[in-house]
Amino acid sequence: MEHVVIIGNGISGVTVARHIRKNSDKKITIISGETDYFFSRTALMYIYMGHMKFEHTQPYENSFWKKNKIELKKGFVETIDTDTKTLQFAEGDSLQYDTLVLATGSKPNKFGWPGQDLKGVQGLYSKQDLDTLEENAPNNKACNRAVIVGGGLIGIEMAEMLNSRSIPVTFLVRENSFWNGVLPEGESAMINRHIKNHHIDLRLSTNLKEIKSDENGRVKSIVIAETDEEIACNVVGLTAGVSPNIAFLKTSNIETGRGILVNRKLETNIPNVYAIGDCAEQREGGIGERRPIEAVWYTGRMMGEALAQTICGNPTEYKPAHWFNSAKFLDIEYQTYGWVFSKPRENEAHFHWKHEDDTKCITVCYNTVDNTFLGINTFGIRMRHEVFDRWLTEKRDIDFVMQHLAQANFDPEFYKHFEKEILLAYTNKLQTA
Amino acid sequence: MSLATPDALNITTKQKLALATGLVGLCILVLALFNINFPNRAVFLAISLGLITGGTILYSREAYLHKLEGIKNDGVWFKSISSRGVLGWALGVVLTVFYIVLYFYPQYLGLGVDGAANTGLIALFDPLSNLLSGNNASQWFVYGTLYTVAILAFGYKFMLKYRHNRYQQLRTASVMFFQTAFAFVIPELMARLNSDDFSLPYNDLKNMWPLNYYAFDQWRVDQFINAQTVGLFFLILGVVMIFVISPFLTYKYGKRWYCSWVCGCGGLAETAGDSFRQLSDKGVKAWKFERWMINSVLVFSVVTTVAVISTYLGYDSEKYWFTKNVFLISIGVFLTVLLAGILYFKRKELNKSAFRGAIGFYVLTIAFLIFFSFFDLSQIKINASYFSFGINQNTYNFDSALRTFYGFGIGSIFSGVIGTGFYPILGNRAWCRMGCPMATIMGIQQRLFSRFRITTNGGQCISCGNCSNSCEMGIDVRAYAQKGENIVRSSCVGCGVCSAVCPRGVLKLENDSMDGRINPTEVLLGNDVDLMDLLNKN
Ligand SMILES: Cc1cc2nc3c(=O)[nH]c(=O)nc-3n(C[C@H](O)[C@H](O)[C@H](O)COP(=O)(O)OP(=O)(O)OC[C@H]3O[C@@H](n4cnc5c(N)ncnc54)[C@H](O)[C@@H]3O)c2cc1C
Ligand code: SF4
Ligand code: SF4
Repeated sequence: MEHVVIIGNGISGVTVARHIRKNSDKKITIISGETDYFFSRTALMYIYMGHMKFEHTQPYENSFWKKNKIELKKGFVETIDTDTKTLQFAEGDSLQYDTLVLATGSKPNKFGWPGQDLKGVQGLYSKQDLDTLEENAPNNKACNRAVIVGGGLIGIEMAEMLNSRSIPVTFLVRENSFWNGVLPEGESAMINRHIKNHHIDLRLSTNLKEIKSDENGRVKSIVIAETDEEIACNVVGLTAGVSPNIAFLKTSNIETGRGILVNRKLETNIPNVYAIGDCAEQREGGIGERRPIEAVWYTGRMMGEALAQTICGNPTEYKPAHWFNSAKFLDIEYQTYGWVFSKPRENEAHFHWKHEDDTKCITVCYNTVDNTFLGINTFGIRMRHEVFDRWLTEKRDIDFVMQHLAQANFDPEFYKHFEKEILLAYTNKLQTA
Repeated sequence: MSLATPDALNITTKQKLALATGLVGLCILVLALFNINFPNRAVFLAISLGLITGGTILYSREAYLHKLEGIKNDGVWFKSISSRGVLGWALGVVLTVFYIVLYFYPQYLGLGVDGAANTGLIALFDPLSNLLSGNNASQWFVYGTLYTVAILAFGYKFMLKYRHNRYQQLRTASVMFFQTAFAFVIPELMARLNSDDFSLPYNDLKNMWPLNYYAFDQWRVDQFINAQTVGLFFLILGVVMIFVISPFLTYKYGKRWYCSWVCGCGGLAETAGDSFRQLSDKGVKAWKFERWMINSVLVFSVVTTVAVISTYLGYDSEKYWFTKNVFLISIGVFLTVLLAGILYFKRKELNKSAFRGAIGFYVLTIAFLIFFSFFDLSQIKINASYFSFGINQNTYNFDSALRTFYGFGIGSIFSGVIGTGFYPILGNRAWCRMGCPMATIMGIQQRLFSRFRITTNGGQCISCGNCSNSCEMGIDVRAYAQKGENIVRSSCVGCGVCSAVCPRGVLKLENDSMDGRINPTEVLLGNDVDLMDLLNKN
């Protein structure tokens, strides 16, 4: 029987395993050095905040795997010999495969800052990172202040986590406004204010110079590059992005760039070896407007869905449909459908509306030549994926979208609706433009 | 987790004061319980209830109003009281003891036996009871008052906790209203209408059969019939509620119209019980147990009610419109037609185990009906000591034995002692989930004939688990959401908290057409459209 071995029990690895099981009775083994069972990485923050316990973040009951004949192996793969199709484990044992799927995810970036390996300095990616944070910052007596370096999605989550335990947080963001490489100006500015409303010490246009150590090799402070200001702290969170977790492949024949290079069918340069999820890099560059490496939950899952078909004898390309994503900035939910770039590109314009309470806004991007609707960012208002997906496929124009926005509303019943207000603002803008 | 308590969880000085205020109020009740005689009972009762309510209000304002609007679940799994810690267990024991005393030893609360004046705790409530109904208090009046106070005070807390969420606020305002008006004030005032030749039974209009298991007991039906037009109106209204109003509303809005907007049990669960919602068991085993348990209780409740009614129809037939056998046959025919209809029209939606279960429970019920028609239950004597380890020495007729056992086992032990006493252990809806026969009936309908569903938002779920964690009914909401499948479950009470806590805006409770309500998927929205077409059609 063909033995499919999957390295990585994250969303990508687990999705491919589940779908292979649905379509075949191949032998399946999932390997992970991190945890015994699949858990939701996106929920790590809620464990620290006490909303859930670790076991609640496991999407399947422990009995699920046996019932579906998916074998789980805890262990860290050190080397891969693709000639003999053998995996060598750090624990000393080895495993043979017929088909190999690499779904090894990411690791936090470190940019060579002085002091980045001190005790108390950490990223937030794995279950182990969470345990470390629990040790480093159990409460605001043990941790008087934390500094977070890097203004992305994980950075703001970490700020929220520490804030939930009343630990004062200084948040260093290199850009002059939070996440403005992705978010248009109005949105980014609104989030800046929201962060400050949560009493988080947000420092924009601020870079880290170095992390200073006390006599025990523990962080005692950080220094800011621009001002040389020294800030005393007990924990430093490094959240300046992630990159593919592929160091262990360096000795293998598998071709890598920043990530594991794959074609549209998610095949690597070696037959029967595939890569999906955060660790995969599209060899020919990003698909459509997408980046070559897509490090989000949804794309990992979609790659898993597609690859399972290929492995089960129905060669299938990874062909994602319209882009979508979501996140939450403290109390403000964010969803996006289609493409809204931080600055309108050529022949593009943005329409921006913000509610006076400063917690809700939308930005709609459209083509200025033919008025086609290209995408929407929505903050504090939930919208329907299905409706926007359809409108994008139908290439609706912006007027249509603005007039029918109510159809896309997904807020709970009895919520106040803003479509009329938005439409009014939109019409006014057209008249003055 | 770590040994050190995370600091944010230590409460503020103001909150400590608020707690102390509430505790002083409780202390007055406890002192009364231990027979301290308060000089002016009305004043002390007012002070006590005022302090309890005031304390809760102060505490909640301090907890929520200084923070921005949003989800307030920080530390629920760290706090001893809400994570089955020592405090949780202690509270569970206190509540359980309270319920046992309330149901079985009301004399310890000070109930005056055989016309004697009330003493202790119950006497403290006499002034209020006299004000409302003109009668002295009973243990049920004390319980009803505390119950209402709990729903009001904790309802306020819940509304502050969800002050960004209008669905939660309206729903809570609704249960607060129905509890205060329908369960508490109106029935007490109606008791004032009673005179020597006119008497209505205590009637909480919204409390229908089978939740109200004594709805059709002979004494009650007689009282209604004797109470002229008004009584007859209420009796007919009760039947119309069961067969017309409730099915209609459940069709339009799901069973939430009752369970989380109107019902008193639900009202307490959603307000005072909110802190325990995460404790319900989400496992598959618990779900299996739930299905057996809740359907068995329904059968038990139907059989008991039918036994009780058919017995008095048997020996008192000239008083009613029905005779015993006409009654039994119509029930049998009704159930048969209902089941046949479901099995035929909904055959695609029922899996094997649902199919088998339905047939099994049906056969069991019909067997009882046949049994009742051949025997005169009032002639079969049952000695309760065999079933109660000798505690209860009485001998009952078969029908009243069933009735007594149901009242004891389901009415008191299950819905009261376990249902509420075990909040801090089993979560706040153990009774609603495992026991309530009314929830079963509406649930079957919700699953098969209702426009209500929880819609999942395309491919947006990140499997975080907040929804499942907050589901008081123990539904593994995530299991559906991460497959992009709508949630259509008989047990869902539509509390909407799963939707509220979802950080990615994935869940929406809504009423829409029946078509496509149940939508199992292979591949989620957002992936290759051809692949979706190919797989989702199979
Ligand atoms: C805190 C946080 C919040 C996030 N929130 C969001 C969000 O809201 N939305 C979103 O879209 N995305 C979010 N992401 C990103 C998302 O979690 C990732 O894109 C996704 O988990 C990647 O899944 P994956 O299966 O590719 O890899 P992973 O989940 O990283 O799984 C890889 C697994 O492989 C194991 N592994 C790696 N190498 C080896 C080896 N040599 N031997 C054995 N095991 C190995 C790793 O230990 C790991 O368990 C978040 C990420 C983090 C860290
Ligand atoms: S599924 Fe959601 S709405 Fe239904 S009972 Fe559970 S938490 Fe409430
Ligand atoms: S539906 Fe929402 S709360 Fe539930 S698992 Fe998915 S993202 Fe989390």
